Amino acid sequence: MLDLAESYVLLNRSGKTQRDLLRGRTLINLFFEDSTRTRTSFELAGKRLGADVINMSVSTSSVNKGETLLDTAATLNAMHCDLLVVRHDQSGAPNLLAQKVDAAVINAGDGTHEHPTQALLDALTIRRRKGRLEGLTVAICGDVLHSRVARSNIHLLTTMGSRVRVVGPPTLMPAEAERLGVEVFHEMEHGLAGADIVMMLRLQRERMQSGLVPSAREYFRFFGLDMAKLAAARPDALVMHPGPMNRGVEIDSAVADDPQRSVIREQVEMGVAVRMAVLDTLSRGHGRNEL
Amino acid sequence: MPERRPLTDTIFTSVRLLDPASSLDQQGDLLVRDGLITDFGSGLGRPDGATVVAEADAILCPGLVDMRAALGEPGYEYRETIASAAEAAAAGGITTLAALPDTLPAIDDPALVYLLRTRGEETGSLTILPYGAVTSGCRGEELAEFGLLAEAGAIAFTDGSRAIGSTRLMRLALSYARGFGMRIVQHPEDPSLAADGAATEGELATRLGLPGIPAAAEAILVARDIRLAELTGGAVHFSHVSTAAALRLIRQAKADGLAVTCDTAPPYFDLNETAIGDFRTYAKLSPPLRKEADRLAVVAALADGAIDVIASDHQPRDADDKRQPFAQATPGGAGLATLLGVTLAQVHKGALSMAQAIDLLTARPATLLRTDAGRLAKGRSADLCLFHPDRIWQVEAGRLPGKAQNTPFDGRALEGVVLGTWKAGRRVFG
Repeated sequence: MLDLAESYVLLNRSGKTQRDLLRGRTLINLFFEDSTRTRTSFELAGKRLGADVINMSVSTSSVNKGETLLDTAATLNAMHCDLLVVRHDQSGAPNLLAQKVDAAVINAGDGTHEHPTQALLDALTIRRRKGRLEGLTVAICGDVLHSRVARSNIHLLTTMGSRVRVVGPPTLMPAEAERLGVEVFHEMEHGLAGADIVMMLRLQRERMQSGLVPSAREYFRFFGLDMAKLAAARPDALVMHPGPMNRGVEIDSAVADDPQRSVIREQVEMGVAVRMAVLDTLSRGHGRNEL
Repeated sequence: MPERRPLTDTIFTSVRLLDPASSLDQQGDLLVRDGLITDFGSGLGRPDGATVVAEADAILCPGLVDMRAALGEPGYEYRETIASAAEAAAAGGITTLAALPDTLPAIDDPALVYLLRTRGEETGSLTILPYGAVTSGCRGEELAEFGLLAEAGAIAFTDGSRAIGSTRLMRLALSYARGFGMRIVQHPEDPSLAADGAATEGELATRLGLPGIPAAAEAILVARDIRLAELTGGAVHFSHVSTAAALRLIRQAKADGLAVTCDTAPPYFDLNETAIGDFRTYAKLSPPLRKEADRLAVVAALADGAIDVIASDHQPRDADDKRQPFAQATPGGAGLATLLGVTLAQVHKGALSMAQAIDLLTARPATLLRTDAGRLAKGRSADLCLFHPDRIWQVEAGRLPGKAQNTPFDGRALEGVVLGTWKAGRRVFG
């Protein structure tokens, strides 16, 4: 998948297109959760391959969410959709949908469960910059408990032989995190020591409201990435973030905008290429698929 | 309602008679006349006018007594009705059932207790013993009228699936109930730890991105309520116990002579959290399925007597409740039709003897409920269950008797088929 995505990076940079691959196919972005970045990324990916792309934003304020999900499935089948990209605030929602639609279903993020294409684009970004994934030390920092990006990255990176650490306060760590094959740290200095990659996660405002973290300033002081904390990592360590960033909460602008250390903008570019590779791969199959 | 069969005298010949209440376990015959058990033993022959029931290798035991089941009525008829629950119960060999009170309206008024008892009688196949609510509306705020409810026939008090979270309120409930000689039945799960949780906290919930409930939430409330039972001299019963930690506390409390009892439900000794698989909502239960170590502890506790009763914890749910993303699906599993079969799996595995298993489903719950059901005795009403312990059937959601199809055992092959069920001498199943 990464190699295929690599070829799409080159294609995109060359300005050429490959509009015949998905010509005549319909791709629907079914987003139950807001996301301009991911949705646009899939839209561009689909269009560059020649698909007809439709964006459907479904309000999640409807009384019976489950009904909306399955009713929508019936509607989509009637529209003969080929590729369905789903983002939902509930873990397992794409699984439920995949049982009911004929299209290939791509998970663009479900609750706190997984965000597979994010992990793929993160892996591609790392591989391009570092030449490999195996043996690298990657520190994923922040609200791991609620992060589907963290889960997908842990899954992919450990599979590819990276050494993965998770860093954050105990109240933002999932139960039995070490069973996922990662090392758990509660201090940035120790967690970042000698790391090749520092991946920062967004801290949502809700976490302070629900009492998991007392305040933003406390969080930033102990877990926010600034140049001082980054110094614990390797001098050539790269900084990543899935976006959108809460500047001053989990990451400060000096680090985020540092052209030497930050590859955050590159991640976005890799996102389109990776999603093209995913669409490419799924469109070749027959019957139901799920990614 | 299906037509009732005519009441006939019945002679069961050459069956294995099993009545743990009297330690009876022998090959023999049993005679039913005018709805009552009139005789049993060997060589009763074939009396005139009696229907003969002869099934090779079958076991005849008392009709099962299910100590914990939710009926859909009143208020949730879309999930299950008394009629449909009675149908499922009969198919499961169950002739007496204790109904949970967290209905709509809740069973917090004596009139509703009378209603359930009467509706049970009307089924002709199931005796319904109603629980009374601990609090008005099962809202967890004010005590219900324990005295009036007891007088009307409530057999104990519980707020059903809702834990009594307030320590002060639980103390008052235990204390006040004691005055009427009644027991409080608790859903042992600390509500503030369980809020919005969907699965047991741990590796599986983490991987699936599901909000977790720590297994300790059970032991925490069990520990608290054991102390309150000691403080008040009241009697507490813990439902669907599922963790080793809680069982350790309960064993100790019993050893200390406190009035503490408990039950468990088949999912907690047969399944573990991996049954959730790929977000299967039929496996979403309250309390949630546990790790294997806890399941094994429950099996051990059934064998050594720490657990007093096996109850189905039947919680009917329909498609609207279950066809949702996992965290939003309503927890609960159907359990009437599978109560016996899943229990017998432990007999086949050698964890329990047949007598122990049937004891946990008949005499023991009957004793706790203070009913004279659950035993074979001359002159008693002929509530009977005839089953073949080795025949196999496949549990299939969508093809279960009754309305509720949300079985966590979907796809399972079970050894143990109910051949027939009799209520007051009338055949109501098979």
